[in-house]
Amino acid sequence: MNWKLIVAIAQSLLLARWRQTLIAAIGVTFSITMFITLLSFMAGLNDLLDGLIVNRTPHIRMYNEVKPNSQQPINQYAPYQQHYNFIHSIKSGGSRQEIYNSALIMQSLQKDERVVGISPKLTAQVFFNDGSIDITGAINGIDVVVESKLFHFNEYITEGNGNDIGKVPNSIVLGKGLAEKLLANIGDVVQVTSAKGNRFQLKVVGFFQSGIKELDKVQSFASVSTVQKLLGKPSNYITDIQVRLKNIQMAPALAKEYQQLYQTDAEDIQTANAQFETGSSIRTLISYTVGITLLIVAGFGIYNILNMMIYEKMDSIAILKATGFAGKDVKRIFLLIALSIGFVGGMLGLLIGWLLSYSIAHIPFNTPSLPTVKTYPINYNPAFYVIGAIFSLVTTYFAGWLPARKASKIDPVIIIRGK
Amino acid sequence: MQPTTPILEARNICKSFHDPVSIQVLKNISFAIHKGEFVSLTGKSGCGKSTLLYILSTMDTDYEGQLYIDGILMAEKKEAELAQVRNSKIGFVFQFHYLLNEFTVLKNVMLPGLKLQKYADAEVEHRAMEKLTMLGVAHLANKKANLISGGEKQRVAIARALINDPHIIMGDEPTGNLDKKNSDIVFDIFQQLATEFGQTLLIVTHDPNFASKTSRIITMEDGRMI
Repeated sequence: MNWKLIVAIAQSLLLARWRQTLIAAIGVTFSITMFITLLSFMAGLNDLLDGLIVNRTPHIRMYNEVKPNSQQPINQYAPYQQHYNFIHSIKSGGSRQEIYNSALIMQSLQKDERVVGISPKLTAQVFFNDGSIDITGAINGIDVVVESKLFHFNEYITEGNGNDIGKVPNSIVLGKGLAEKLLANIGDVVQVTSAKGNRFQLKVVGFFQSGIKELDKVQSFASVSTVQKLLGKPSNYITDIQVRLKNIQMAPALAKEYQQLYQTDAEDIQTANAQFETGSSIRTLISYTVGITLLIVAGFGIYNILNMMIYEKMDSIAILKATGFAGKDVKRIFLLIALSIGFVGGMLGLLIGWLLSYSIAHIPFNTPSLPTVKTYPINYNPAFYVIGAIFSLVTTYFAGWLPARKASKIDPVIIIRGK
Repeated sequence: MQPTTPILEARNICKSFHDPVSIQVLKNISFAIHKGEFVSLTGKSGCGKSTLLYILSTMDTDYEGQLYIDGILMAEKKEAELAQVRNSKIGFVFQFHYLLNEFTVLKNVMLPGLKLQKYADAEVEHRAMEKLTMLGVAHLANKKANLISGGEKQRVAIARALINDPHIIMGDEPTGNLDKKNSDIVFDIFQQLATEFGQTLLIVTHDPNFASKTSRIITMEDGRMI
């Protein structure tokens, strides 16, 4: 097959009607541009919203749930094992929130290759004493260095220095909302009362803003040892072990495994935050739908223009056929025309789409609930560009296929005699 | 017996149109054309001469009977193979020139040659220039095809028909759209091709003056040869 000749003919036909060609290509360019921009923006937004939760949430959280023992004594007593036992008013007694052998568990988790890192945590419910008013709140004991590395803790510190809670004894980082309620400034000392009635003075070293307002009204952070002291517990007392995995998708499986292995409760992120997964996938679905719709519309544009071109070029097609071009050669010429429109339009669309998303990424976007975000979020995922490129070719191919087939079926005799 | 196979042979060719009513337009046409003959096919309007020409040219495949080109039966060939036959063995000249306006004159002449791929591109170009020179239109080679006059267009079309050294040149009223002067030029070219180069020609015409000057006249009436 003489492709050089086919290409030359297609090129001449294209350039002879360059205005039409341009309009068809602009249609493709526009839709690919919007496809790329829309998906990049939507994905950026998804990442941002997921980041609110996912970045700060452990992939697996190990803890001991306060719940009634599932193995009640009566069920283990041999004579009654074959019976159906009704037990009323079971209490969740005897179970401890502490994770047994936490030090060993952490050692073994740290050796696990699937784990990026672990961070211990314990929480104390306290009252913040503000004059005669007591405000309920929670103090999370964290290892601030590890917490920052794994869960971006420092990114949410709006004032002061989060690392100070590891260095300054008896210090605390207050949630922004909580600090406003307490009228506390950095350097002030707040008084807290633990659930057991012990009073402590803690120095404020920073403010924390998560973007979730309700959370900021009750949460505060201190070092693990400060909270252990607050609770009157020994230094091996840990209620949660937070695990960050290399592959978040493995969380449900690993949660089950750890539950078996370490005899604790383990909750994976997918179960804990199912609504975010759903939201993200719906948003992605919508943007793909819109993008592909745009492409299909552009495809119809190409279809129309090619159809028109074929009516205009009837004579040329007839003469090509009379001088020895077969139907399939004619078909190839018109498919090539369609594909070049798709290719050029698509490539331009990718470029302009990239430029557009790049400029969107530089538009200021300040919101009080997201202290770390300064501009609109954009995700430059190369997959969008690959999909865009493939789709621009596929839609134009199909848009060109019918007109090309029609052209190949043109009977030269009818055209030549019809004059 | 014939010393050589005829270049083109029709045996009992019949054709009917079925829309709106069935009319038989060609009735048992049989004849043969041998190398070097300059044949004109003439008759009144609507007698079926153009219809016959398009069957002989392999473009119309809807007929009964047998058509042999170079002794090869055309009926069994596929569309692409017929295109190949037209490309290599038949040259066309139509009433309305039918050059491709997107291309230059030279490129128009070259296209069937490039399609055939018998010669390298440079050689095809050289041959195209030769044909244009022979027909006296070489100076137009780089003009766009829609910018030249009708008589010039027809000469370019003849050059295009000649590019692949066809066995036979077919013309459908090639002078029908030209004035007297240009008609004469075109006829002289055909005449010259037939006498000097032994080119076989089959020309449909309703111009008795034109027909009378050819070496063999086939006259048709009501779908029959007389």
